[in-house]
Formats: sequence, C-alpha cells, structure tokens
Amino acid sequence: MSKKYDAGVKEYRDTYWTPDYVPLDTDLLACFKCTGQEGVPREEVAAAVAAESSTGTWSTVWSELLTDLEFYKGRCYRIEDVPGDKESFYAFIAYPLDLFEEGSITNVLTSLVGNVFGFKALRHLRLEDIRFPMAFIKTCGGPPNGIVVERDRLNKYGRPLLGCTIKPKLGLSGKNYGRVVYECLRGGLDLTKDDENINSQPFQRWRERFEFVAEAVKLAQQETGEVKGHYLNCTATTPEEMYERAEFAKELDMPIIMHDYITGGFTANTGLANWCRKNGMLLHIHRAMHAVIDRHPKHGIHFRVLAKCLRLSGGDQLHTGTVVGKLEGDRQTTLGYIDNLRESFVPEDRTRGNFFDQDWGSMPGVFAVASGGIHVWHMPALLAIFGDDSCLQFGGGTHGHPWGSAAGAAANRVALEACVKARNAGREIEKESRDILMEAAKHSPELAIALETWKEIKFEFDTVDKLDVQ
Amino acid sequence: MPFQSTVGDYQTVATLETFGFLPPMSQDEIYDQIAYIIAQGWSPVIEHVHPSGSMQTYWSYWKLPFFGEKDLNMVVSELEACHRAYPDHHVRMVGYDAYTQSQGTCFVVFEGR
Repeated sequence: MSKKYDAGVKEYRDTYWTPDYVPLDTDLLACFKCTGQEGVPREEVAAAVAAESSTGTWSTVWSELLTDLEFYKGRCYRIEDVPGDKESFYAFIAYPLDLFEEGSITNVLTSLVGNVFGFKALRHLRLEDIRFPMAFIKTCGGPPNGIVVERDRLNKYGRPLLGCTIKPKLGLSGKNYGRVVYECLRGGLDLTKDDENINSQPFQRWRERFEFVAEAVKLAQQETGEVKGHYLNCTATTPEEMYERAEFAKELDMPIIMHDYITGGFTANTGLANWCRKNGMLLHIHRAMHAVIDRHPKHGIHFRVLAKCLRLSGGDQLHTGTVVGKLEGDRQTTLGYIDNLRESFVPEDRTRGNFFDQDWGSMPGVFAVASGGIHVWHMPALLAIFGDDSCLQFGGGTHGHPWGSAAGAAANRVALEACVKARNAGREIEKESRDILMEAAKHSPELAIALETWKEIKFEFDTVDKLDVQ
Repeated sequence: MPFQSTVGDYQTVATLETFGFLPPMSQDEIYDQIAYIIAQGWSPVIEHVHPSGSMQTYWSYWKLPFFGEKDLNMVVSELEACHRAYPDHHVRMVGYDAYTQSQGTCFVVFEGR
C-alpha cells in the first residue's frame, strides 16, 4: 500500500521499536548495551540504535517511499535490564539478511558499529553479541583449514600445541632471529611466532627473516623428528605486499603464516584467508588493537563479537587471552567465546556472556591461543581452562630460562605433557598442580630450574570488564 | 658462582610427538592412558612403523582399528602382540574419534631400535 510523504522529524520508536516482532531464522540479531543521555526514554534510544545501524536517518526523507522500508529496516524487538546497573539496558535488534553483502564481515560491522556509535543521544554504546544466521554463515569462507586439518598437518594429537613468540620482539637481525627460532624448536616447541610488531623494518627486512626462519624450522624438524612451524607474519603495508610475503612463505615450504586482523582490517584478512585455503597454508591470527575496542564495559565491541567475526572472516588460530597471565580476561567470559571459536553449536548462556544460541553448522573450528605473561606454574590451569584444542604460548616463560630458550622450551614441553598425562589418568590437575609439576621436575632439570625461576610471579589484578551477572 | 658453571647444556633429542618428553611410562601408567581413550568413547587403534619411517603420516595398522572396543585387557594384549610381531618397530596407541574424524590422542608405547 502506498504512503504519503510527510516531511519532518518523527520519533524513532514509531518506526523502529517493534516489541511484537518475532525474529526470523534468517535475521542477523544483535544485542547492544545502551546508556542513553538523561531523560531520553529507553525505547527511543533503542529504536535510534536500530534505525541508525540500518535504514534510518534523523529526518524523514522522500526517497524512502521509493522502496519498502518495512522489508529492510532493523527493528528493536526487546529491551532488558542490565543486572546491577540502573543507567544501562540491553537492546535486542533484528536486521534482515538483505542488509548485508554475502560473506562480508566488513559490511556487517560498517552497519552495526558505524555512525551509530557517535550518536549524540547515547552516552555509551556497546555491541555485546551478534547471532549470525546460518544463511549468512554459509556465505563466509571461515577458517582456511580448521582444527582437525591443522592437527593432521602438524601431526599433533591429544594435547594443546606449544609455542612462543620470539623475543626481543624488535631489533634482531634476520640471522639472529632465526637462531632464536631454532633454539625454541629444537627444545621441544611445536611452533614459534613472529611478534605482531614484526613486519619488515629496517633492522630486519621480511625476506631476510623468512629465509633464516625457514632454515631453522627445517633443521629443527630434521633433528627432532617432529613437525615444526613458525608463524611468518605477512601483515604488510598493502594487500599486494601481503600476498607477496604469503607466496614466498609457500615457496619456502613453510606450513603457517600469520595476520593481524584488526589493524590489518577485515577485508585484508578475508582475502588472506581465501588465499590460504587455496594454497594449503595454515593461518595464525593476532588481535592487536582489540583492547582499545573491547575493554570498556559500556562502550565499544565485546571481544566475543570480534572472535565470531574472525571465525567467519577466516583464521585457524586466534588469540583469546590467558585468564591467568598478564592480560585482561575473566574465566567464564573467555570460555564463552572460545566455545564460539571451536564448537558447532553454542547455546545461549548469560553466565558465559553468550546472549544467543549460535549455530555454526559445518564451519571449521579455530584454535584458541593463550599468550601473554604465562609460565610453567600456569600450565595446569591453562590446560584445565583451554583444553586440548588450544595453543599455549610462553614468550618470557621460554626465553627467560637461565639456560636459554631451548631449555625453556623443554621445561614447558615436559610440564605440558605431565599435566596431560595426569589429567588423562583422572587426576585433578588444578588442585594437584604443585605435585604434578614437582614430580615431573624430578626427571627434567630444565623444568626444575624453570619452576624455581618463576615461583613468585603472579598477575593478580581485578578484571576491568566483568560479566553483567549478580 | 661463575656463569659457565650455572648454565647447563641443552642437548637436542629426537622425540616421537605427544609424551615424547616424559620418561617411559610404567605398565600401570599406560593402562591409565588406554582407559582414558576408552572412557572418551574413542576407538583404540594400534599402528607401527620401522624407526626410519617415523615421520611418515601413515604408519601400518596392526590388524584394523578396534572399533567400539571397551576391554582394556584386550587392547593391551593386542599392543603386546604387535610388539612381538615387530620388535624393532615403533608401536603407537591412537584414540580415534569418529565424530571429529581426528585422533583424540596418540602416543608411542614401544620404541623400536
């Protein structure tokens, strides 16, 4: 039925607050934590968020009558209190599938976290969660390989992968850098990692690094009889240079490369993931800049959204924090989003911060990477929290060993295997952590020294961003 | 103390992936690990290879995967039979997970020479 054009400014809630709406299976659903300016009713704030992140603008415009906006508009269909917080509330918004380009995480975020975040009627706005409909998921490439394929390629079963970042992260020449890689891998690590800051600086151009690292990986593999790898960071100034680096890694017969998906951007990330799928290359993903976006409890984007976006955009491993190390992250929340990286179905569970049922269908899983301020004493807790489908990375906890990186690597490997063995034998590894590690150290002087070196180091600060539960 | 005397020399060792950095397991410890495989609902699989081929993806099956086998003693006796038949081969125990089409775990029980 045609409508008449009525110029002027309408209240958002007249059009975008639809409490009777029942979301469709194909709708993309979002939950925002909204904090409005004083005096603005909740429904108006919520409707404004729905409008500004979909079809609306501040004024009625004649050209909207050229289409059927009822079909395209986002709708706020539910408002909920935030437990223990009177000034904020949750707004649940449903977006029709046709608002988004197929397979484009970039497009989804441009709408959902675009202009609306600067909107004056809001004091704060935080995107807490997105339910991606299966119809959208099926248009995304996802992880180039996934957990199962990665295990098969690396020949690692029944335990987490063990890695570390090369330190110092900046300033080493290519040859010295390759030496540190070799020391770690010969000592028993499965994987080493370029620090995210390492791209192609004057002290070490990328080609130099790639060649020396490749030699180190191959040598360690030959000497230990185990499969080894190093995440060669392909994050670059332009997509063209990124692909050039990826191609060279492939030429060197390396199994895995890496990308920084937030600073590099979703378009670059999706492109590189597609390249990896075509070229049989594993893809490790770093998340620099995430804490700028996800740490404030009332503003920004929760990391669970960024994690879901990465699974869709593509990556085989993603950093998730450690819970126990030097970086922010509470245990239940972390479990909530690592489920979303690895499982094929994740039910709504507010105690883990998951606001929606999320069906991933046949999308492969992503390894959860725990890295940052962890050492051997954390091993039992890390295994208990992250389980086998994870990659545990000890930087300082490897290179800081008094005998050097190879001995540090061996200490971590012994500790990890002792914990896995104890868990499988039915022991409570968190409760019995001390006994398990001390027993293992009897057979490993490297571990005994590591336990002595790091015995007093803890990072016990309160979490800034807590779950909204009481 | 002078620096040199406090620093140990780490020698590279050739290892066979999971549990390669632990001392050889006792019989009871191996039983515990097999019981874990069975308790997870995984199928026990026994594989063996001459040490020169240890980096191959495929090791030879001993018979076929023991699909649905729940009897710990039966798995142990098959492991021993495989070791007797190929005394110079590595023998590994796999917990095969048909749901993920992956190995839930895998570790070497007998090292060949």
